[in-house]
Amino acid sequence: MEEIIKKRIKQVIKGDQDAFGEIVEIYKNSVYQLCFRMLGNRHEAEDVAQEAFLRAYVNIKSFNQDRKFSTWLFRIATNLCIDRLRKKKPDYYLDAEVAGTEGLTMYSQIPSDTPLPEKELESLELQETVQKEILKLPEKYRSAIVLKYIEDLSLNEISEILDLPLGTVKTRIHRGREALRQQLRYV
Amino acid sequence: MCPEHIIELMHQYFDEEIDLEGKQTLREHLQNCEECEAIFNELKKTVAFVKSVSNMQAPDDFTAKVLARLPKEKKKVLAARLFRNHPFLSAASVFVVLMMGGLFSTWSQDQEFSVSKQKNLVVKNNTVIVPKGEVVNGDVVVRNGTLKIEGEVKGDVTVIHGEKYLASAGHVTGQIEEVNEVFDWIWYHMKKSAKEVAGFF
Repeated sequence: MEEIIKKRIKQVIKGDQDAFGEIVEIYKNSVYQLCFRMLGNRHEAEDVAQEAFLRAYVNIKSFNQDRKFSTWLFRIATNLCIDRLRKKKPDYYLDAEVAGTEGLTMYSQIPSDTPLPEKELESLELQETVQKEILKLPEKYRSAIVLKYIEDLSLNEISEILDLPLGTVKTRIHRGREALRQQLRYV
Repeated sequence: MCPEHIIELMHQYFDEEIDLEGKQTLREHLQNCEECEAIFNELKKTVAFVKSVSNMQAPDDFTAKVLARLPKEKKKVLAARLFRNHPFLSAASVFVVLMMGGLFSTWSQDQEFSVSKQKNLVVKNNTVIVPKGEVVNGDVVVRNGTLKIEGEVKGDVTVIHGEKYLASAGHVTGQIEEVNEVFDWIWYHMKKSAKEVAGFF
């Protein structure tokens, strides 16, 4: 996998956009997911995720090819998400309407003529609750939690992505986990 | 209140960094302390919940949209891909380049006067004459010279890099052709090769 990526990156450096398309295909879901969990809005997540790939393409020559590409890409995406959050009104992402809209789009993806099984509905509600609680976390805990549990990355990788010492990453994950426990304990 | 290090051990457990000794201490404590056991189970549940929201798909047209936003691709790469995807095209273009190269060099090297061999053609300096009343059988080709036709030629006449004069009494049964430019030259060669190939079958 890493070998394929390395080969593609060399082609991209030569200016081959098809090779870059393959890289986008490989990472689009995880980058989009990262942005969605950070921003809480599909439209914005798509926009920022696209921007992340665009920046990766433009700056590909500054990527150190001895490193892991995904780490570099996630770093770009995380920084863009944090920038976006800082530009927004601080309480915007707590807005219930946004979460409500998300719920609607999730429902609309399921064929409407078949009645929703009880369990599926429950799990959708749970997912919504969890997403809402993730969005309530301060951004520094949120990024650490999302990278750890949703992207399933190692603490070392997270420390590289966030450009923070390992100890700080651990503290953030501990605090984020504790805050989520407080919120989700009675669910 | 339980010792602080138990909470620390819990975090180590969830970070997957706990050692055997720590695991043992934690397990013993959780068996005897309901409060900590509850916290531990809540944390376990929380982690499971957070993990369960994963698996989101980017929109279908995501990649296309990203590619549409990229700066324009270099022409060099486009050409390279064209050739990579169509090997026959590369073979053909190599052939054409070599052909052209060959023809160009013969065109520029070929400055010497020459004429096709027919016994009743008269050659004076760089001028070839088809004398009055004579009949020349076969095609006449003159390079880098002038051709004066006063008699009759039974065949085609080709003048390369030169001029031809057809006297009023002169007569050519075939076609008359003058080749003076590189492109004419190439065209002439292509026609000739085609004719040869056609004649071969």
